[in-house]
Amino acid sequence: MNARLVHFVWSHRLGLLVIVAVAMVLIFPLVTNNPYTLELTNRIAIISLAVVGLNLFMGSTGQISLGHAAFLAMGAYGSGVLTVHAGLSPWVALLAAAVLAAFFALVVGVPLLRLSGHALAMATLACNVVVHHVLLQEDQWTGGPSGLAGIPPLSVGGILLDNPVQLHFFVWGVLLLVLFGALNLVRSLPGRGLALLAADEIGAACLGVPVLRVKVALLVLSAVLAAVAGSFFAHTYGYVSPDSFSIFVSTDLAIMVVLGGMGSVWGSVLGAAVIILLPEVSDAAETYKEFVHGGILVAILLFAPQGAMRAIRQGWQLAVWRWRRAHATA
Amino acid sequence: MDWMQFIWAGLGNGAIYALIALGFCIVYGAMGIVNFVQVDFVTLGGMFLYSVAVTAGLPVPLGVVASMVGTALVAMAVERMALRPARTANHLVLVFLTVGISIVVRGAIHMVWGKNRMAVPPLTADDPVRLLGAYVLPQTLWMMVLTLLAILALVWFFRGTPLGLAMRAVASNPRAAAVVGIPAGRVRLAAYAVAGACGGLAGALVTPITTLSADVGVLLGLKGFAAAILGGFGSFPGAVVGGLILGISEALAAGYLSSAYKDALAFVLLVLVLAWRPQGLLGR
Repeated sequence: MNARLVHFVWSHRLGLLVIVAVAMVLIFPLVTNNPYTLELTNRIAIISLAVVGLNLFMGSTGQISLGHAAFLAMGAYGSGVLTVHAGLSPWVALLAAAVLAAFFALVVGVPLLRLSGHALAMATLACNVVVHHVLLQEDQWTGGPSGLAGIPPLSVGGILLDNPVQLHFFVWGVLLLVLFGALNLVRSLPGRGLALLAADEIGAACLGVPVLRVKVALLVLSAVLAAVAGSFFAHTYGYVSPDSFSIFVSTDLAIMVVLGGMGSVWGSVLGAAVIILLPEVSDAAETYKEFVHGGILVAILLFAPQGAMRAIRQGWQLAVWRWRRAHATA
Repeated sequence: MDWMQFIWAGLGNGAIYALIALGFCIVYGAMGIVNFVQVDFVTLGGMFLYSVAVTAGLPVPLGVVASMVGTALVAMAVERMALRPARTANHLVLVFLTVGISIVVRGAIHMVWGKNRMAVPPLTADDPVRLLGAYVLPQTLWMMVLTLLAILALVWFFRGTPLGLAMRAVASNPRAAAVVGIPAGRVRLAAYAVAGACGGLAGALVTPITTLSADVGVLLGLKGFAAAILGGFGSFPGAVVGGLILGISEALAAGYLSSAYKDALAFVLLVLVLAWRPQGLLGR
């Protein structure tokens, strides 16, 4: 009986893990209603949305984007400007901003995704610099360096999402849906094509994967996710400023992807959580922010280029193997 | 003679972009990677000049030499400690690695020199001279002259010295170079040092005009990178041409169109060139 239970748990470990994760999300506000803590976890969920998208793009195409904060900015400022200046409702603004980001990704992606490696990294960085510059200069719309305030919160079914507990359920719910979608994408027919693309671009092309179209599609998908994350950010805090969308934010997003592991959907959440929680754990992480973030990136690349999530899994498998060997000989 | 004024300013800045772009090209040639740390070599050049010329009160020319040597030494340390241990051919990992190192170096600069803006003295007195109907700062002339000297020195280095020839051998075919007994590791270290010296010189020359801060190299370095891609990444003449085109078009755009978008122009130009001619203007 006991053995069957162990077998059941083991063979359904991933599904059970997901159920546990969902349950933890559900009960978390019951454990703590400290607004500060909830604000942090909400931020993790919002940023994770963007990181999941970036991870799908980088992990599958093997390309570097150092400009995803630009899409975040389009979502945030799209929502901000359209609600504050044009008086649109938050959901319409969010949708419009996402469409704008998708369009921008399409226009930029088609010519630029023929490039690879350093040229693409630089081109995405360039897009980010230009977008950041526009935010600073067009101050009659964006408020310039001092930012844009007074962005109204989102509402769902007549409930205004203006306190951390309601926001918690909303943003984590959306994140879980996106994770569900991303995991299914990875395991679908196009997803298999993506995995092939990541492993060997020429091989993928030979087997009939439309390489350029897939890359552009992924860029557009990641841009939309980043834009939605940006909109949530704007509606949650009611205030946006250009500094939240500089090229340094883009590199932070990329660091989160590398930390969690390129191509690892769950790793995206882990990466975002670690980078956001670090300053809470120690003041030194905030004071020496560059040191810590750069150091993490360098250390991961040198010692575990496959990312923390897979390194943990491999460590676990190694431990299990050793335990079994020890007990077999005993 | 407005336009002459703009041309002078553009040539000065263009020389700096060219110098930074050359640094990118040298590392790309010898190591096959894009070195984002080049950005911080520029900052370091300015910082060493500040320490020698302002803090220690020594003559400025000595400070310029010190910033080249100091930056080259930092570059060697970076190559030896962080780049060489990462023995991987994975392009993605290597590019990211230099991004990470760049962030760490910037953190170190913050700690050593602080985050404040600082003024750095120029090489010679600050009175503008009149040249071809426009006023030019002596420092701008120094930028052009010293960059020209640096380019000539690099040409001589790569054509006439054993180390320079070894570097070109490693760049063109690492395995064949190893077969004839060229120590690829040491050659790469030297290439990284030369790139550091180029960045350091650029930083020491430009910071008296831009003022110095820990992030000053970021925008300049990225524009240098844009110049390198504009000319055709990896091509030395391309780097110089790209730098000058970028500097002049920036100055003209600031003068005739709008100074607000001066800093964005380089990147708009870059995206257009990449979309239209991904191999750059002089690339193959």
